[in-house]
Amino acid sequence: MGKTFFRLRSLTALIAGVGAMAGQAQAAEGQPSPWQISLQTPVTEVAHAMHDFHNLLLWIIGLIVAFVAALLLIVILRYNEKANPTPSRFSHNSLLEVAWTVVPVLILVVIAVPSFKLLRQQLILPPSDITVKVTAHQWYWTYDYPEDQGGGFGFDSNYIPADQLQAGQPRLLAVDNELVLPVNKTVRVQVTAADVIHAFAMPSFGLKIDAIPGRLNETWFKAEKEGIYYGQCSLICGQNHAFMPIAIRIVSEERYAEWLAEAKTKFAANDNNGRPTMVASRLASR
Amino acid sequence: MASTVTAHDAHEHAHPTGWRRWVLSTNHKDIGTLYLIFALSAGLVGGALSILMRIELQSPGLQLFSNGQLFNVVVTGHGLIMVFFVVMPALIGGFGNWFIPIMIGAPDMAFPRLNNISFWLLVAAFSLLVISMFVPGAPGSLGFGGGWTAYPPLSVSGHPGPSFDFGILALHIAGASSILGAINFITTILNMRAPGMTLHKMPLFAWGMLVTAFLLLISLPVLAGAITMLLTDRNFGTTFFDPAGGGDPVLYQHLFWFFGHPEVYIMILPAFGVISHIVSTFSRKPIFGYLGMAYAMVAIGVVGFIVWAHHMYTVGLSLDTQRYFVFATMVIAVPTGIKVFSWIATMWGGSIRFTAPMVWAIGFIFLFTVGGVTGVVLANAGIDRELHNTYYVIAHFHYVLSLGAVFGIFAAWYYWFPKMFGYVIPDWIGRLHFWMAFIGANVLFFPMHFLGLAGMPRHYVDYPDAFAGWHFVASLGSYIFALSLGVFFYGLWVAYARKERAADNPWGEGATTLEWTLSSPPPFHQFETLPRISGGGH
Repeated sequence: MGKTFFRLRSLTALIAGVGAMAGQAQAAEGQPSPWQISLQTPVTEVAHAMHDFHNLLLWIIGLIVAFVAALLLIVILRYNEKANPTPSRFSHNSLLEVAWTVVPVLILVVIAVPSFKLLRQQLILPPSDITVKVTAHQWYWTYDYPEDQGGGFGFDSNYIPADQLQAGQPRLLAVDNELVLPVNKTVRVQVTAADVIHAFAMPSFGLKIDAIPGRLNETWFKAEKEGIYYGQCSLICGQNHAFMPIAIRIVSEERYAEWLAEAKTKFAANDNNGRPTMVASRLASR
Repeated sequence: MASTVTAHDAHEHAHPTGWRRWVLSTNHKDIGTLYLIFALSAGLVGGALSILMRIELQSPGLQLFSNGQLFNVVVTGHGLIMVFFVVMPALIGGFGNWFIPIMIGAPDMAFPRLNNISFWLLVAAFSLLVISMFVPGAPGSLGFGGGWTAYPPLSVSGHPGPSFDFGILALHIAGASSILGAINFITTILNMRAPGMTLHKMPLFAWGMLVTAFLLLISLPVLAGAITMLLTDRNFGTTFFDPAGGGDPVLYQHLFWFFGHPEVYIMILPAFGVISHIVSTFSRKPIFGYLGMAYAMVAIGVVGFIVWAHHMYTVGLSLDTQRYFVFATMVIAVPTGIKVFSWIATMWGGSIRFTAPMVWAIGFIFLFTVGGVTGVVLANAGIDRELHNTYYVIAHFHYVLSLGAVFGIFAAWYYWFPKMFGYVIPDWIGRLHFWMAFIGANVLFFPMHFLGLAGMPRHYVDYPDAFAGWHFVASLGSYIFALSLGVFFYGLWVAYARKERAADNPWGEGATTLEWTLSSPPPFHQFETLPRISGGGH
């Protein structure tokens, strides 16, 4: 009796543990959570569309794999040596061959329609409210705010080593100077690199674009929710590739105005390392 | 043509012995064996590197490696070794050399001496690659850690030491070896088929090898050009890929992937051929839709050349360019689907025996399907933007290569071992090996889908703590997979310890290709009187 009870209790504990795990998986936003098995919670329209598209794909590929697995299982059970001692000799069936050429084509068309729609959404940049410039270095990021949008300063963003983390800061994701931007504003992100190729990525925004020396790549996002969001360099860039995370803090418009003023004095000491002060109207020629 | 056995024995020079037999070999079967031994040895090195990676990644923090650069050197070494020195030599040089001449009824390869130099160039290339891991690369460390793709500027200004120059020369020589091999295979298959064996009666393994050889011949010179430009950028002051001198780092990526994408089909097409033969043999049924199977491989080869930029969706390609590459890439799913369904249709109605090669082949079909469908996901630039350079991609290409091509290699090994070496590996050993490898590889690679979806980037020596769980599981899987290799070697040992003679055709009436008409092992020179192929065949 006691043993059964103990087992039951441990089972309950297990279920509770899994429940807690799932709860935790939902709680953490803007960063991965333990044992996560799906995409990070989306916080932009594009990321929502990507999630919907991925869910559609997951159904399609799941069904295809299940179908193939079922066929293999049938074959194994029905056409093994014992169940079917004399093999048939057929080796053609035109109808079948046409079917398994045409049906995949139709499935691909079903995939292609939302896929192309998503591409337009990602790659046609809407008119932007704010522009920031991101420059990748070995192994940190520099963020520049344009002068004609209340900025005119830039600063470096480095990861915080494990022994200097404060409570609640995730290891290898938290940085000293976050990229701060307002909620519900269309932000144009211009990305380049100073040394080797890196990639600027923000999973919960559905955003990833290579930072290439000599090129200025562009992308955009419009965050729906205040909070802190983490990403990581996503193209091999040398020794500390794993140690140059990206943190974007999305704040209210009022808080953003305050932060701009604070940051202007705080980072005024940065001599911009000889970089010309960034002016959005000049960069954003489109 | 009318030479008899006694006349043949009189030619002493045809039977070199000792080191001459191997080092100076011009015999396709001996060279095939050399390739298999080479691939196996290189596979142990490449596999050991992957175990080092999994030990490091088993838990968060730095355990084995003092920094990320050393880890990247190991990752790069693993990738290059597995691609150029394990999968290609095993399937093309090993089984290709052994069975293409026999299957088409030819006495040997068209250019036996060229065959010899192809093999020994590969040994030289591998030596250079191993040396490159022990000479200065990035400032203050040894080896080249820029990934197997070697994107500049990281592979130029990021690695000023001579390490990557060794790497480039290794790839040049490996490439030359493969081009010579490809020329040999194309000539052999087009000119030396036995009387009556038309292209449309040729076994599918020969079809797979023919398409592969053309892919090698067309794609490798492009790689050679790209890495030569890297070499001159590194050493002679050119700026092909340096924006400061008017060059473009993205140009390298286009050139590399124009080679790199056909390369993945180079690794899988011979395995496709092998699987067709095994499935047909053990179902005791002819291959279903033979012509469709052959031309599906041709289609995969052709389309494989016009999809390269799907590896580059995040470099800043225009909307129209991305649209085109999404469309073209998804087209590949159609011929691939034809292959999978035709294999199943071959088994349908058959009388299947679940021998070791057959369970490997069925495992291949299922796991290749899993890897194939995640390929369809990644073909879509819209979602690839999230998954590019994450572990999802690692999971995808290991399902098609580690669980695809490598399973194909082991399937071929258990299928042809009695033919090649004349001894029997007990069937239960092959099946035990399969189940351990199947479980190990799935525990290893399936959680990587989860890690990738959650955002875990590749080439990371350390990761945020949230990823620890699945990384731990993946590491356990890799140890199981490594243990399965113990079973593999045990099988090899048992075969040579027991020396149980294999029958000429141990697989029965389903095995219809020409190699099963010869003795096990085949004579040193076969088909001195060419066989005549008659009747319908397929």
